Amino acid sequence: MLHRFAKLVAACTVLLILAGSLVTSHDAGLSVPDWPTSYGWNMFTFPPSMWVANIFYEHGHRLIASSVGLLTIILAVWIWLADSRRWLRWFGVTALGAVIAQGVLGGLTVLFFLPPAVSTAHAALAEIFFCMTVAIALFTSPGWIAGYAAGADPRVGPGGPVGPTLRHLATATTVLIYLQILVGATMRHTGAGLAIPDFPLMFGHVVPDHWSAAIAIHFAHRAGALVVAAAAVATAAYTWRRYTDRAELAQPVLVLILLVAVQVTLGALTIISRRDPLTNSVHVVCGALVLTTSLVLALRTWRVRFAQQREEPQGTQSAQSTLGFSSAVSASSAIKRGSARA
Amino acid sequence: MRLRNARVAFFGITLAATLAACGGSQETSNKSAEPSSPGATPPGQRVDTASAGSVTGVVTLDGTAPKNEPIKMNADPVCVTQNKTPQFQEAYVVGSDGKTLGNVFVYVKDGLGNYVYDAPKETARIDQKDCRYHPHVFGMRVNQPLEILNSDPTLHNIHALPKKNSEFNTGQPIQGMKMTHTFDKPEVMVPFKCDVHGWMNAYVGVLDHPYYAVTKDDGKFELKDLPAGTYTIEAWHEKLGATPQSVTLGPKETKEITFSFKAPAGVTTTN
Repeated sequence: MLHRFAKLVAACTVLLILAGSLVTSHDAGLSVPDWPTSYGWNMFTFPPSMWVANIFYEHGHRLIASSVGLLTIILAVWIWLADSRRWLRWFGVTALGAVIAQGVLGGLTVLFFLPPAVSTAHAALAEIFFCMTVAIALFTSPGWIAGYAAGADPRVGPGGPVGPTLRHLATATTVLIYLQILVGATMRHTGAGLAIPDFPLMFGHVVPDHWSAAIAIHFAHRAGALVVAAAAVATAAYTWRRYTDRAELAQPVLVLILLVAVQVTLGALTIISRRDPLTNSVHVVCGALVLTTSLVLALRTWRVRFAQQREEPQGTQSAQSTLGFSSAVSASSAIKRGSARA
Repeated sequence: MRLRNARVAFFGITLAATLAACGGSQETSNKSAEPSSPGATPPGQRVDTASAGSVTGVVTLDGTAPKNEPIKMNADPVCVTQNKTPQFQEAYVVGSDGKTLGNVFVYVKDGLGNYVYDAPKETARIDQKDCRYHPHVFGMRVNQPLEILNSDPTLHNIHALPKKNSEFNTGQPIQGMKMTHTFDKPEVMVPFKCDVHGWMNAYVGVLDHPYYAVTKDDGKFELKDLPAGTYTIEAWHEKLGATPQSVTLGPKETKEITFSFKAPAGVTTTN
């Protein structure tokens, strides 16, 4: 039940990111000039008849954000009461802190007329918070708790370990995607989205023949897309070669590759359509999905490693083949204890 | 235990690093840029209107005016109700022959020295009516009150984006609401926008002297009561930029000048 609720919070966060990207894409960030009030009304009593034109996007974003904030409070409390994993309890509290900080950043960027630094930080923290909600959904999932024993590789035993290469590859890919999103957010909030107006060439050349700060940011985002795509392909190739029968790894890799393909297409369409607001916004959402898909993969590659590190100080288990099982039992019993208590 | 704590710390550090990386060095956009012009209120002589002259002229367009962009107002039913006919932007306002250009701000940019002028008695005004700003281009004086009115039965926000003066963004959700604002530094031009209705924009030239005019579609302008001297006079258009011109004016002399803007290439006729 907690896992389902965590998935609901993550899904609502996707909706929130879409709403936020629609605000920026419609240049609606200052259409409600005050905060936390809306044209002097309490946010929750602002008459729907006044949600006209760009106010619809900005006020809608605020309402959805408030709802996600409320859901996050419930999630943090639920985890605290129902799950005995101390680190997860504090992780839930940190997620709550992140969503509060995110709301404050959103308010500050309105009150200070959308300074690029604050707006970019708002976008960056949005991705972090989304990652946290997805991670909580993953940490509370039966597969994670069971150590993915059902998808175990017969060569290494149930829930067997993942080699360091894939762990590092998936982690590096996730970090690269996040950096790429930061560059994209900087591009959006400095008005550099069409600094290079043509695609796939740049001013008719493979590399721009003239430069400005805006062109450099835009170019960095395009170059970053190539780097991220290469990292995703490398991760996928390695996973499918070594861990084909590990569904918990092969499936997110497949989703990752598909999402990266869609994301590159959306990026191209954003330029070709002269930043059509919907295309642009879906591009932002798809970027967030690419990030969290890669995060899920990376966390799963570390799953057994986490368990191994927890076990080592006790010195009770040394055989790798038993680690997944022992950690699964330990985590499962922790949840059961917590659930019983809740 | 230490590893668990380390993991929690990792996420905290990631958050902090993100904020630090993104929130560090940019100036906030509402920061006033420069101190007031020293010529705003200096001691100096008044203009002798008996010996003053004037500069008159016309602003022309060399080529065919581009077609104004159409406006879709269907995001706000009130705006649709108030505008039954197709609506277009107001960037290119031309005379019937297509050769004279309106909505051009013509002003004395330089050469006035230390004259002092009477403060304007009237209040400048901009009205949000029919989901448009009226007027679209206008001039006013430093420290002159600007009355901002919402005549529409829908809500607007008035958002000024100056570079030298202070930025402001104020909501006017109720029909008939008024507010007053003053600019304390000369600035040409200060853009206004309504962030609710993205098509609404206007421009004001804020000056510390009275020598400015805005052309109508006949392109004509007149700068009266100018003392003898050599001036830089500039014509500003929201799409075509600014073009200066030097004029030497003798006592009681009237000089006629022409500003010519070149139309962008490859365009269709205006609405």
